Amino acid sequence: MEKGLTDIFRDKIQKEIRIEPKDWMPEKYRQTLIRQISQHAHSEIVGMLPEGNWITRAPTLRRKAILIAKVQDEAGHGLYLYSAAETLGITRDEMYDQLHSGKAKYSSIFNYPTLTWADIGAIGWLVDGAAIMNQVPLCRSSFGPYARAMVRVCKEESFHQRQGFEILLTLGKGSPEQRRMAQDALNRWWWPSIMMFGPKDDESPNTIQSMQWKIKRFTNDELRQKFIDVCAEQVKLLGLVIPDKDLTWNEATGHYDFGPINWDEFWQVIKGNGPCNKERLETRKKAWEEGAWVREAASAYAEKIERKKALLVY
Amino acid sequence: MHNKTLIDYTLHLADNALIIGHRNSEWCGHGPVLEQDIAISNIALDLIGQARNFYQYAATVSGNGATEDTLAYLRDAIDFKNILLVELPNGDWAQTILKQFFFSTYQYFLYQQLQNSKDAQLAAIAEKALKEVTYHVRWSSEWVIRLGDGTLESKNRMLRAIDEIWSYTGEMFLAASYELQGIREEYAVDLSEIQKNWVQKITSVCIEATLPLPADTWMQSGGKEGKHTEYLGFILADMQFLQRAYPDADW
Ligand SMILES: [Fe+2]
Ligand SMILES: [Fe+2]
Ligand SMILES: [Fe+2]
Repeated sequence: MEKGLTDIFRDKIQKEIRIEPKDWMPEKYRQTLIRQISQHAHSEIVGMLPEGNWITRAPTLRRKAILIAKVQDEAGHGLYLYSAAETLGITRDEMYDQLHSGKAKYSSIFNYPTLTWADIGAIGWLVDGAAIMNQVPLCRSSFGPYARAMVRVCKEESFHQRQGFEILLTLGKGSPEQRRMAQDALNRWWWPSIMMFGPKDDESPNTIQSMQWKIKRFTNDELRQKFIDVCAEQVKLLGLVIPDKDLTWNEATGHYDFGPINWDEFWQVIKGNGPCNKERLETRKKAWEEGAWVREAASAYAEKIERKKALLVY
Repeated sequence: MHNKTLIDYTLHLADNALIIGHRNSEWCGHGPVLEQDIAISNIALDLIGQARNFYQYAATVSGNGATEDTLAYLRDAIDFKNILLVELPNGDWAQTILKQFFFSTYQYFLYQQLQNSKDAQLAAIAEKALKEVTYHVRWSSEWVIRLGDGTLESKNRMLRAIDEIWSYTGEMFLAASYELQGIREEYAVDLSEIQKNWVQKITSVCIEATLPLPADTWMQSGGKEGKHTEYLGFILADMQFLQRAYPDADW
């Protein structure tokens, strides 16, 4: 019996037929997806914080409106993703608990601080840009609800990237102080963005299984290379310099060569030693704890209404 | 001096929308429930959009190179004409909700009348905004009821919110000099008319929420004429930082 189900599952994966929540799936597939999707959802929510703290300081009304819309989109992405994960048999509250206890991770990029307005540009261009690179292939994830959530998410992400690029473009054409601000932001955000694609392929033990299950379509290094190739061209339009002296076009490979990545920093930030790990998690916990009475009141009121309705029926 | 009063009146409408929208946007990323985080950010966006429409109009009437941004970013606290209510700190979710409910209900009846303004531009902005504000009133009144009639704690928090905020509601209906002039010229809204509707709506929602409203008390005022609380200066310090630090830069 079990053998039969495994075969059906494998067959569907091979034929690119989506796995849906009610279908049988191996327990490890389910657990891997819960981890992947919830981590992604947490990243959207924690990712609201570094940019959110510039909403009140945005330099024009137009920028302020765009930034609110952008950060609000990220909340929406979190919502779709939590819903997708819930179809696998975990609740949003359980996922929050895992985030707050430190058991679940989120993208390390959000543990870096936003120091100037140019950081909002750099995040849009690089961080949302890297997210798109990661997420476009996920629109073909073998798990139906995740793939569908990703389609909606990716549409909005390209607007995010464009607004970031446009901020940097404006700064690049601005005063010397503004150009300095833009270059400084690029200097600080470049390497962490490159690390967003995860460890090197030979240090990413789950990649092979995830590729077989088609919940991952390209390896970390493949996506990283693609991203660097795109950015190395786009940066020319900005008149800024990517902070990597080894970045050079390689005629033979048809790709840009790039310098060594500081993997020690990568692992340190994952371990919790990034500049803002504590603040980000504390902020999320605080919002959740201070919202407890609101959620209790809402459900108490909803119950009252249900009881009243029931009385009317009888 | 027709233009001066029209500009002041338009700025008053713009400042109200901007400052409360700015306050709402402080919640973005920190809301008690993800869905409500999105809802309040949406309201912030609506209000900042309304503010932009009013500022752009005020800039056109002003001429002199004024833009929506010079008006929002380069005036000082004593030039802002918003009511005090909108600059109050967010406090907890109860205080934010109550502020929003009082203000949105006021805006609703105000815009309803402003649609008939002799000034076609003000009328058009009001008409467009009314749909948004209708939703803000519904959303905030539902929360007032939910919190008032929810748990003991939520009720107590709402009672405290009423205590904190009530004395800032009177100013909404106290006409400033530019409003009186605008009423005479038939482009501004007569506040005594909308006050009755406001009281009626607030009372009925608070009855449903099982929340008693205070009897007549002392009312704060001054914001419409530039006499603000200390909070506004800090809002502007945040909001105007980049424009002040890098004069004449494009963003
Ligand atoms: Fe996102
Ligand atoms: Fe994302
Ligand atoms: Fe994004």
